[in-house]
Amino acid sequence: MAAAAAGAGSGPWAAQEKQFPPALLSFFIYNPRFGPREGQENKILFYHPNEVEKNEKIRNVGLCEAIVQFTRTFSPSKPAKSLHTQKNRQFFNEPEENFWMVMVVRNPIIEKQSKDGKPVIEYQEEELLDKVYSSVLRQCYSMYKLFNGTFLKAMEDGGVKLLKERLEKFFHRYLQTLHLQSCDLLDIFGGISFFPLDKMTYLKIQSFINRMEESLNIVKYTAFLYNDQLIWSGLEQDDMRILYKYLTTSLFPRHIEPELAGRDSPIRAEMPGNLQHYGRFLTGPLNLNDPDAKCRFPKIFVNTDDTYEELHLIVYKAMSAAVCFMIDASVHPTLDFCRRLDSIVGPQLTVLASDICEQFNINKRMSGSEKEPQFKFIYFNHMNLAEKSTVHMRKTPSVSLTSVHPDLMKILGDINSDFTRVDEDEEIIVKAMSDYWVVGKKSDRRELYVILNQKNANLIEVNEEVKKLCATQFNNIFFLD
Amino acid sequence: MGEEDYYLELCERPVQFEKANPVNCVFFDEANKQVFAVRSGGATGVVVKGPDDRNPISFRMDDKGEVKCIKFSLENKILAVQRTSKTVDFCNFIPDNSQLEYTQECKTKNANILGFCWTSSTEIVFITDQGIEFYQVLPEKRSLKLLKSHNLNVNWYMYCPESAVILLSTTVLENVLQPFHFRAGTMSKLPKFEIELPAAPKSTKPSLSERDIAMATMFKRFSCLSLPSSWDYRYGQLYVLFLRHHSRTSNSTGAEVVLYHLPREGACKKMHILKLNRTGKFALNVVDNLVVVHHQDTETSVIFDIKLRGEFDGSVTFHHPVLPARSIQPYQIPITGPAAVTSQSPVPCKLYSSSWIVFQPDIIISASQGYLWNLQVKLEPIVNLLPDKGRLMDFLLQRKECKMVILSVCSQMLSESDRASLPVIATVFDKLNHEYKKYLDAEQSYAMAVEAGQSRSSPLLKRPVRTQAVLDQSDVYTHVLSAFVEKKEMPHKFVIAVLMEYIRSLNQFQIAVQHYLHELVIKTLVQHNLFYMLHQFLQYHVLSDSKPLACLLLSLESFYPPAHQLSLDMLKRLSTANDEIVEVLLSKHQVLAALRFIRGIGGHDNISARKFLDAAKQTEDNMLFYTIFRFFEQRNQRLRGSPNFTPGEHCEEHVAFFKQIFGDQALMRPTTF
Repeated sequence: MAAAAAGAGSGPWAAQEKQFPPALLSFFIYNPRFGPREGQENKILFYHPNEVEKNEKIRNVGLCEAIVQFTRTFSPSKPAKSLHTQKNRQFFNEPEENFWMVMVVRNPIIEKQSKDGKPVIEYQEEELLDKVYSSVLRQCYSMYKLFNGTFLKAMEDGGVKLLKERLEKFFHRYLQTLHLQSCDLLDIFGGISFFPLDKMTYLKIQSFINRMEESLNIVKYTAFLYNDQLIWSGLEQDDMRILYKYLTTSLFPRHIEPELAGRDSPIRAEMPGNLQHYGRFLTGPLNLNDPDAKCRFPKIFVNTDDTYEELHLIVYKAMSAAVCFMIDASVHPTLDFCRRLDSIVGPQLTVLASDICEQFNINKRMSGSEKEPQFKFIYFNHMNLAEKSTVHMRKTPSVSLTSVHPDLMKILGDINSDFTRVDEDEEIIVKAMSDYWVVGKKSDRRELYVILNQKNANLIEVNEEVKKLCATQFNNIFFLD
Repeated sequence: MGEEDYYLELCERPVQFEKANPVNCVFFDEANKQVFAVRSGGATGVVVKGPDDRNPISFRMDDKGEVKCIKFSLENKILAVQRTSKTVDFCNFIPDNSQLEYTQECKTKNANILGFCWTSSTEIVFITDQGIEFYQVLPEKRSLKLLKSHNLNVNWYMYCPESAVILLSTTVLENVLQPFHFRAGTMSKLPKFEIELPAAPKSTKPSLSERDIAMATMFKRFSCLSLPSSWDYRYGQLYVLFLRHHSRTSNSTGAEVVLYHLPREGACKKMHILKLNRTGKFALNVVDNLVVVHHQDTETSVIFDIKLRGEFDGSVTFHHPVLPARSIQPYQIPITGPAAVTSQSPVPCKLYSSSWIVFQPDIIISASQGYLWNLQVKLEPIVNLLPDKGRLMDFLLQRKECKMVILSVCSQMLSESDRASLPVIATVFDKLNHEYKKYLDAEQSYAMAVEAGQSRSSPLLKRPVRTQAVLDQSDVYTHVLSAFVEKKEMPHKFVIAVLMEYIRSLNQFQIAVQHYLHELVIKTLVQHNLFYMLHQFLQYHVLSDSKPLACLLLSLESFYPPAHQLSLDMLKRLSTANDEIVEVLLSKHQVLAALRFIRGIGGHDNISARKFLDAAKQTEDNMLFYTIFRFFEQRNQRLRGSPNFTPGEHCEEHVAFFKQIFGDQALMRPTTF
């Protein structure tokens, strides 16, 4: 057990100060093999912002190349991951051999008024956490790969031209959704929030999935979510991790509005012979009654390391329950198929969704965990990627809201970095500003971070408090005190 | 028609008796199911054969005139012979009792005895055209004592030995039936009821014929929860079956069988109507709780199961034949005796012969050929005749010898060629587990009643009988699932879906799932490298915690590292596996973690120091060794007042090692006061 007093939180904020959060300066992808001689722009596959002058692009890429090359001499297997400068930080990632992705993030700025009234800009060099933004960069690649396959595949399919097109098409939109100011520990974990459920309801869902896969015999994989939390994944863990990210931060938030409206007015009531249900497609046809409705579904790529499968992603939702059916891309789902899916899945999923809701409320009442505890925690298990946070409020497409001070979030990130350095289980207790204590525990591939706010608490009391928390929240897992 | 198509058959070993002829009269006793062959009025011998006894009873009696009726009392104690319309003669078959005949005349003046029935080994009922007389026979006194009698005009009577009920036909139309129940010296009159007769042409007088009425008991219950006084409990439910030749409703032309339920208390009620959809000559049997209707014109039979769902019109339920009409399976008369040597080909037996006489519940007698058969239902052919698996299960679960057939249906629906859809498989599993759960509940309430000491106060408390319809997890595992998962050609998705469906069904009926089923799931998932699926199942506790399962998970660690964590979690939840947890941690060289764990649960005073020191030494981490060593020194100090290890702890080698690394002065010094 290690205890450290960190002087986090640098006092009250001066009223005249202006803060600027970290921001994306540039983002580029290159392959040094495509233009071996310096000065050639061929090696640049994608560059954001595109308006930057050509020579500067080449210069920046060349610089990165040089840094990576240079650091490789010291550590051939692990070249530089990031470069710290006063104004910004650069992150390097080589997701596929010779393909480099670079993200440049501007450090947060504090603008102060000097005595003579002139603004003075102060870069906060130590604020950004390498691990957080490296993870964000890696996630960029994973998300690209989910919808486009590997870089290499694009090269095989249509050479550099196709790859550039795909990168442009994807990152042009995607980079706008990066919200670098609100990245934190959860981006490092890239975890999955699982929906707590009793065994019987879980088995009913299993049964439902198996039946659906049988009757819609072209379905290869299925995933089931409730309340934006995962219940079942037929995909492998790594593919599910990124799909989950896409669903919960992009697809579902975009559909929140129509869902609220849909509850009162089932769109399909006019359809003859159709049982009333709340099912609808989140991807694919909007209106099944329209004979010209387009049955186009997003394509995703999974198991890219071995079988390399290309799939259509059908996301269908009834109330809070969402099912993802993934079918082989060689099969083209027709409007008839969509109608059949709707008529089979819709009614059953509607019933199942209300079952889950009912069961969940019963369980909640039984456990009686209605009242907010006086501590907040983040839990992550590397083995199943299970993540649980009482720090974060609901995620929206724009920002993930946290209920604690950013300085505390930074301490969590620091503790996580410490954990990464050693393999052993350990525990770190930090006294933060005012009455806050931050406790990090690592036990057999699980990490727990607790933020306590207790007046005049001492180390022993904090330790006791965390023990109590473990006993109530994590009593059914092997978690060493 | 292939052999596998016949679902009714005559039993293989019929009771054989001497054919009826002018000198040999044949009688059948429904109570004992015995056939009497009386030669020349008994003077040249009487041979009695029952279905079970291989040794026929033979005796002689004086020819005192034509025998009208001859029956043994229960257990063959007393023989009763009716030769005149006024008297019945008795003869004791009890050792040490006089075998001289004695006679009883009916009490009612001018009455004619229609027949008699034994209701126990010493109680007999005379049925006369003017009422019934209930006697006790006193064999040692060679006399009878009248227990009770009742006067009413009787056209004909019928006896159901299983329920000890006699039905008397009264009134001019013969259609008002008066039942009497007999038990241990008492005779009770049950409410009479009227059979509605079909409309007949005005020229003919309608009447209820004895031939169109049958009585049978069905659905004996085995639950201990029935009230001791309940009739149903001991005899099953008594039904009066009425064969109505022409339906009164004009739109339906075929004949019907109407089932009246005769409860122990309360009025008789019309419950079921079996639609025959044909006319002609019929005969009824009840086999394995099925009503079998034989049709002589077409030489076929149909079966009805009143437990299957029919069309309910608010008062009665209409049923159609479960299966298409089929003939009884052709039967070869076996050749016995010296004739067999002469290599004669077996003679085919004429089925549905007009010389057949049918008795309840399942007896067919051919007096002219000298055979008595029991009718039997063959379940295997039905499997293919009833495509609806849910209905098939409902049907099979009510049958006596159903277990192996049901298991074969389960195997069949999981086979590649005849694979059923998951919803059908789920329905079948649910039906099986519904029966299974009923039995488990009955067992449990029996056990609770025994525990509460009710067994002494209520002698009728019986252990629930496990019928063949109870198929438990080990049956399904052994006969169906274990072979099913071995099939290479089965898509693993289907295999897992079926296993999960079975587990779902068990859970739905709140039946604890046995660990071998969970192991089957794990094995299948591991075989197909579906570790992530396995992980998710464990995460939601679908596979219940157990030590064997935790050990199985541990063994998977080299293929799937997270299995280690899953296993530890499981051991932790079991809360009886703390030793195992310590062993697992030590084997992983997590000595400190092991020590902290055992301290956390307060077991650190009883652990072996040597085990931990061994493990610490193996890590080759001197600081760790130091820490562990010091911990035990402190323990020694606390428990025994000295930091030194006792010889019994066998830690000499570790003490030496400690001194070698850290020097003598590093040893903890005893605290002195």
